Amino acid sequence: MNPGRVAVDQMAEPGGEDLLKMYEIQATVVAADEQFRQRISSGEVSLVYYSPRGQEAISAALGAHLRPEDYLVTTYRGLHDQIAKGIPLPVLVAEYLGRTTGTCGGKGGPMHVTHAASGVMVTTGIVGGGLPIANGLALAAVLDDSPRVTVVCFGDGATNTGAFHEAVNLAAVWDLPVIFMCQNNQYGEHTAIARSMRVATVAERAAAYGIPAMRLDGNDAVAMWDGVGVAVNRARNGGGPTLIDALTYRFHGHILGEDLAYQPADERNAAIAADPVPAYRSRLIGQFGVNAIELAVIDRRVAAEVEEAFTLALAGPEPDISSLHTDVVAEVAL
Amino acid sequence: MARLRLAAAVNSALDVALGVDPDVFLLGEDISDPGGGVYNVTKGLSAKYGEHRVRDTPISESAIIGAATGAALAGKRPVAEIMIMDFLGVCLDQLANHAAKLRYMTGGQAHVPLVVRMSAGAGVQFGAQHSELLEAWLIHTPGLKVVMASTPAAAKGLLLSAIFDDDPVVFIEPTPLYFGGIKEEVPDGDVRIPLGQAHIAREGSRITLISYGLHVYTCLAAAEQLSQDGIEAEVIDLRSLVPLDTTTMLTSVAKTRRALVVHEAVGRAGFGAELSSLIHEELFNELIEPVRRVTGPNTPVPFAKKLESAFVPSADTVVAAARKLCGRHSRDPD
Repeated sequence: MNPGRVAVDQMAEPGGEDLLKMYEIQATVVAADEQFRQRISSGEVSLVYYSPRGQEAISAALGAHLRPEDYLVTTYRGLHDQIAKGIPLPVLVAEYLGRTTGTCGGKGGPMHVTHAASGVMVTTGIVGGGLPIANGLALAAVLDDSPRVTVVCFGDGATNTGAFHEAVNLAAVWDLPVIFMCQNNQYGEHTAIARSMRVATVAERAAAYGIPAMRLDGNDAVAMWDGVGVAVNRARNGGGPTLIDALTYRFHGHILGEDLAYQPADERNAAIAADPVPAYRSRLIGQFGVNAIELAVIDRRVAAEVEEAFTLALAGPEPDISSLHTDVVAEVAL
Repeated sequence: MARLRLAAAVNSALDVALGVDPDVFLLGEDISDPGGGVYNVTKGLSAKYGEHRVRDTPISESAIIGAATGAALAGKRPVAEIMIMDFLGVCLDQLANHAAKLRYMTGGQAHVPLVVRMSAGAGVQFGAQHSELLEAWLIHTPGLKVVMASTPAAAKGLLLSAIFDDDPVVFIEPTPLYFGGIKEEVPDGDVRIPLGQAHIAREGSRITLISYGLHVYTCLAAAEQLSQDGIEAEVIDLRSLVPLDTTTMLTSVAKTRRALVVHEAVGRAGFGAELSSLIHEELFNELIEPVRRVTGPNTPVPFAKKLESAFVPSADTVVAAARKLCGRHSRDPD
C-alpha cells in the first residue's frame, strides 16, 4: 500500500504531550478491542462487533486535536473514535454490553453510542448517514459564532452514498466548520474499493465540490496529527470544510467472526505485519526519544483501566423492562 | 387579527417563531426572498431576519433534514421545508432512521426539536410524484409527531406548538389550500394550539365523520348535505395524528354509534385502518354498524383532471357512505 501522501507542504510534528496522548489512545483501543474479541469468542458476551483494529492512528490524531466541546459523529466501527473523544471507558463498555449503566442506558448498543458530555453526538449504523447530521452540528456553531468544530468519521464505502455527496456539497456552499474524515480501510463491507468506484482516490472527490482534501497515511499517527491539525485549524478559523482520505486497513473484516474469503490473505497478513500501533511505539522510542519505561507504564495503566471497565460494565444491571417505553418522545408515551 | 389563507397563516407562525426565539431558523429550497418559496409561504422572512436564519439550500433533501437534525441536536429549533411530501422518498433515512430514533437510541440524552414542513395532496394536477399523502409512513415511525393543518388559524397555532415542541414534528400543509382555501380570522402573535387535541368542527348526533387536513372541509360539506336528509353528522378534525386525541374521537363515536373515517391517502394500510381498529377495540358493543372508510384508491395519483377528481374523496362519496351507515338497522334505536 502506497498512500502517496500529498497536500501538506511542510509537515509539523507533535510535541511530547500529544505524542504520548496518541500512544495512550491507541494502546487503550488495542486493549479494549482485544477484550471485546476475546470475550465474544469465548461466548462470555454476545454482541455484533465491528472491530476498529488497524485504524487506531486516525482516532489518535483526532483525540490529540479535538477539544472536549468539539463534536464527533462516527459509525458502527467507532470504538476507537469514541475512546479518542474521551467517553469514559466504564460507560462506553457498558453500552456495548447493553447495560443500564451505559452511555445510552443500553438502548443504543455498539452501533448507536452517544455521549453528549464528551461531544460524541451520533454513532450511526447507516453507511453515510452521519455526514448530513455533522453539517447541522457545524451549522449550529456558525449560528452561535462558536469556535467549535465537528468531525464526522465514515468509511470509503460511505463515499458512494448520496448522503456523502449532498453533505459535502452543502458544507462547501455554507463554509461549514466540519471535517469529513474518511477512514479508508479499502473495503465497503465485503467489496473492495476498486470494485466500488472508478476514481483512484476518495480524496479527489473533494474537487467536485470545491473543497480542499488531503490524502494521508492513516496508519501513521504523526502524519495524521499533522493533517488533522491543518483541517481543524482551517475549520476553527472560518476556512470551511476539509475532506481527509486516510488510508488504512481493518484487521478483522467487517463484522467479527465473518468469513474473510473476500479479502486476499496475503493482503491482510501484510497489513497486520505492519500494525501501526507497535510501529508507532518503536518510532516514539527510536525517533522521538521517548523512554520505553514510560510507555510500559502507560501500557500497564491502560490494561488495568480496560479490565476494570469490563468488570464494572458486566456488574451493571440490564435495563428494566419499563424503560422499553420511555425516551420515544419527550412525553412518556404516545 | 387578520383574515388569512393557509400560506399567510403559516408565514405568520414562522414570523412569530423567528421573532421570539433566536434559536429558530428556516432552511429549504428556494425559501428566501424575493420569492419566498414556490408557494410564497416564507415571503418576506429572509428580508426581515436575514439569510443566515432563512437559508436557501441546494436541491438536497437528505442534506436538508440532516442539517436540521444536527442543528437540533446542538440546541437549535430548525424548521426545514421539504417542498412536496413525495420528496420524502429521497430523505427518509435522515428522518426515520436518525431524527426519529435519536432520542430513544441515546437513552434520552439527545432530543431533536425539529419541524419538517411539507405540502401534500392531490387536486392541483401535479401528477403521481407531487401529489401523494404519505402520513402513514410517518405515523408508523416511532419518535415522530405528525400534524396536518386544515384551517388557517389552526395551522398557525399548531405550527407554533410544533416549533416549540422538543421532538421532531412533521407538519403537513394541504397543497390545494394554498391556492383556493378559505380565509379566516387568525390571531396575531404567539397563540399556540396544543398538539394532541382534536377539534370538533361540527356537532352532530347520528354519525361521526373523522378526518384531517383538506378533507375536514369535504366532511363539513357532506354534513351539510346530510343535514338536509335529517342526518346530523359530527365532524372531527384530528389535527394531530401523533399524538392522537383518542378521547375526543371515542367520546363522539360512543355518542353517535356510527363512524366514517375519511382520508385522501390510499386506503390499504392507511391511517384509517388504525383509527377503525382503535374504535372497534374500544366500542365494539356500542357500534350500530362497523366503522367504514372513504379513502383514496390503491393507485398512484393520476394526472388527468377527471381521473384525479375520481381519486380524491368528495363530499358526494362521503354522503353516500354516511347514508349507507345510517340506514335502518336492527341495532338502530327507535
